[in-house]
Amino acid sequence: MYYIEMHGHMVSRTTDDYREMAMAGCVAVSEPAFWAGWDRQSADSFDDYFRQLTDFEPKRASQFFIRHVSWLCLNPKEGEDRRLTAEVLKRIPKFLDRPNVVGIGEIGMNRVTRNEVDTFIDHIRLALDYNQMILIHTPHLEDKYKGTRVTIDNLVKFQNLDPNRVLIDHAEEHTVGMILEHGFYTGLTLYPNTKVSLARAVDMIEKYGPDRITISSACDWGPSVPTAVPQLMLEMRRRGHSEELIRKLVFENPLKFLMQSGKFELPRLDIHATVSHTAP
Amino acid sequence: MNKQGRCPLTTSQIIDEYFIENRTRILDVAAYLDRLLRSANSQPAGEDFRMQAFEQALHILSSTEPNKVDHIQLVFSDPTTELKAHLDTKSASGAWNPVPEVR
Repeated sequence: MYYIEMHGHMVSRTTDDYREMAMAGCVAVSEPAFWAGWDRQSADSFDDYFRQLTDFEPKRASQFFIRHVSWLCLNPKEGEDRRLTAEVLKRIPKFLDRPNVVGIGEIGMNRVTRNEVDTFIDHIRLALDYNQMILIHTPHLEDKYKGTRVTIDNLVKFQNLDPNRVLIDHAEEHTVGMILEHGFYTGLTLYPNTKVSLARAVDMIEKYGPDRITISSACDWGPSVPTAVPQLMLEMRRRGHSEELIRKLVFENPLKFLMQSGKFELPRLDIHATVSHTAP
Repeated sequence: MNKQGRCPLTTSQIIDEYFIENRTRILDVAAYLDRLLRSANSQPAGEDFRMQAFEQALHILSSTEPNKVDHIQLVFSDPTTELKAHLDTKSASGAWNPVPEVR
């Protein structure tokens, strides 16, 4: 079955990972800008990073017939630095016309500080000024519940923001309901140690239904599995879920979301790219 | 899709499919608690805010109430809404500390 990896930090992965993902059915990867594991010293570093995301990675992915799209921002882990934020935000617009850029992300909060919220709001304004879609990171572990609530509280203040063009990612049992209730897309990220396991992801799909839910590996430089999405397909088959339901989650939902950018195309494969009539 | 949010498997099928892996997990938790009792300095683990939350989670685990995972998630979560004035640390610790250290 073909699938779309909605959240993969491929700059941290090898070319062999692209190959493994392609062989497992991956036809597209959506890559949000993120934290390098260390704080960057200047906005110049972001210029180089954005060039990597918009030039080098699409070429690397295309070797395996994978369509690569990216999201640009200053990541929440660096959002406390307001001076750096201001410099990076000035540099993002010149990249927005690149053919693989689909929006602003992954923005949000880390420890839910005042500066992080201000940085988050600056990014939302930038996205609205340039009619960009938005991909949002929610904080980890004990900060997730509070961070998701603060995220939604701030988003709903923007009356011209279409929730259908916003994906709030890294949802878990205590946050997925509030995200969906407000009309946003959400993402379940499958990690071996933190966030969501395969079985818990399927539990949430069973409880909340498949509409506006996407699945991703969120593979990066830490412990993570680039082929976690095909593993979830197996977990769903283990429980007797239909192929139609699986396809909706791993292909149709991300396709429908990304198509709103006006820039997303599937690679030239024999892929039936329509979404089912049951999709929202 | 089952509109009631039910798993498509029967109770027996769920046990057949998932018992062994969850047996392993509960033994891992037991071994972790035993390891704490065998610590090099014998300091009681219950003094640590993370283990206090862990203890609450264990109580929920052994109850007969539904939605255990949702309740346990909230036990580990920061329930406040006030924004932090400054960044205290880069990474989360896994449980909310109601009495954070002064840095």
